[in-house]
Amino acid sequence: MVAAGVKGRRRPVGYRPGAGSAASRAANLVGLSLLAAVFLVPFYLIVRNALATTEEITAPGWMWFPSSPAWSNVAELFNDPKVPMGRSLWNSAVVGVLTTVGTLFLCSTAGYGLARISHRHANKIFYAILATLMVPSAITFVPSFVLVSSLGWVSDLRGLIIPPLFNGFVAFLCRQYFLSFPRELEEAARVDGLGYWGAFWRIVMPNSKGFMAAMAVITFVTSWNAFLWPLVIGRSPDSWTVQVALSTFLTSQSINLPQLFTAAAVAILPLVFVFLFLQRYLVQGVAQTGLKG
Amino acid sequence: MTETETETETGTPGPGPGSGSGPGADTGAGAGRSGVSWRARVGRRLGSRGAAFWYFVGPFLAGLVMFTYVPVAWSAFLSFFDARNTVTPAAEDFVGFANFASMLTDANFLRSLWTFTLFAAIIVPVTFAASLGLALAVNRVRVARAFFRSVFFLPFACSYVLASLVWKMSIFTGVHYGLVNTVLGWFGVGPIAWLNGNDPPWFWLVIATLRLWIQCGFYMILFIAALQQIPEHLYEAAYVDGAKPGRQTFWHITLPGLRATSVAVLMLVLIQAYQAFDEFWNLLPNSGNVPYGRTPLVYLFHTSLGTVQDLGRGSAGALILALLIALVTLFQGKVLGFGKPEGR
Repeated sequence: MVAAGVKGRRRPVGYRPGAGSAASRAANLVGLSLLAAVFLVPFYLIVRNALATTEEITAPGWMWFPSSPAWSNVAELFNDPKVPMGRSLWNSAVVGVLTTVGTLFLCSTAGYGLARISHRHANKIFYAILATLMVPSAITFVPSFVLVSSLGWVSDLRGLIIPPLFNGFVAFLCRQYFLSFPRELEEAARVDGLGYWGAFWRIVMPNSKGFMAAMAVITFVTSWNAFLWPLVIGRSPDSWTVQVALSTFLTSQSINLPQLFTAAAVAILPLVFVFLFLQRYLVQGVAQTGLKG
Repeated sequence: MTETETETETGTPGPGPGSGSGPGADTGAGAGRSGVSWRARVGRRLGSRGAAFWYFVGPFLAGLVMFTYVPVAWSAFLSFFDARNTVTPAAEDFVGFANFASMLTDANFLRSLWTFTLFAAIIVPVTFAASLGLALAVNRVRVARAFFRSVFFLPFACSYVLASLVWKMSIFTGVHYGLVNTVLGWFGVGPIAWLNGNDPPWFWLVIATLRLWIQCGFYMILFIAALQQIPEHLYEAAYVDGAKPGRQTFWHITLPGLRATSVAVLMLVLIQAYQAFDEFWNLLPNSGNVPYGRTPLVYLFHTSLGTVQDLGRGSAGALILALLIALVTLFQGKVLGFGKPEGR
């Protein structure tokens, strides 16, 4: 009876998270705008310093933006023989792309097999994968280094690409995803004479593009931003990723400030594009990541 | 394990017609095999369900064993040896539990655990409150909601190395031209050397704000997703029951509705904090190898991959740390009731 009375009225003000009095909503908006400005300050500083000269950065008064942007900083960065910036960007790109492609291939097939092909060992294997999630990956860097060095993959891109391919977490997420994939589609494929392999590639994968894109974006961002493992493996400058190059640059004795920030701008640019154009998938991937806890 | 191996063998085609399968393993599928060609039999086997399972799961499993199980086992083995600069110690280098004893009485290692505890005590509650607050505010705003969400999430694109660069070289630079020192200068406060030493420990402010900036948007997304799962009729029922909007609905509807997500966020922040390495390495002097700000991972790095590669002690330290993380995670899970469904 009461509920019927409520239904006819305006929505109860202030009860839903999206509501509130006009004044409190305005305050919320102003507060959020100020916070957003603060969150963007580091990006502003990267651009400002990348386009300035050392004198402008270290001048006594605050310079809001260089009056004549020094675009020559970019050319100088790539021509500086002391910093292998071009090479490290290339390494990061190769590692990022191959890691993403390989991880998706291995983890999606494994996840599908565990979710859809009944087998007496399936549960044991699933728990073996779950157990690796309990071991924080950063803790295993010492033992992994031991193994990779005995394979002779130190200072070698193979050492950067291959060990992270077998990502228990992505395999776990893939299994959970394929468990909820509609069975009818696959059964239709089986009736048409496709085996497991054919059904997977022709029916299941083409219908899982959104999920796969989310996994791909997460894997690529993680790979591009990884630091500890590339630092362990990248003993010679030829095998540095862009993060290791940035770090070496940052902790070196003589620092050229504009060049440092130009390098930072170059290093973040690919990910800014990923964020601008693929954010939908990334948010979806993050929400999925959080489900695991 | 032997079972698994047998299964793998029957799943992969053997070198010749006779040797591909043991006589016992194949009794079901191999009826009338003498008359069938090798190619036809391999074809049938590849199409069978058991074989399909292995070519879907096998490659991943092999890699997982190779790159996770083998290294962990090898490391556990090394932790009982005096393994300096070697990964294959000789039998006479066996030292029993000496590496563990040495790590557990190592003042530097113990201090690194204390440093971590301090770090976690700062970062866990602050990240939790900030990301929940952001989620509530962004969820409430009616204009440009997608814009705000994107702006707060954007720092997640930055690596800790990149953020360290900006924090160290521009925001918290210890001289007059750093951003914070410039602002302080407007109020007549002299420049502060943020990252130089432990007295006062200003470096915690630098490290905490950096991690907060990167992580907060990520956890905000998780909270927003959870907020949208809370059924609206609960708020309407509260209205009917005469609950006061704002604080009362927050404590009695919103927060209970976010319980599972809250627990997950707390655990993720804590586990991430345990593994803090990048910003300490890049911000603090001497690659983070300073007594006041050395985290466990930084110490393990310098122990096992420094000038003396003491892989025995490094492995022992890694195992102690892994055990500690497991214990804390289990304890936290017990206390907070991890894994229970969302809701009251």
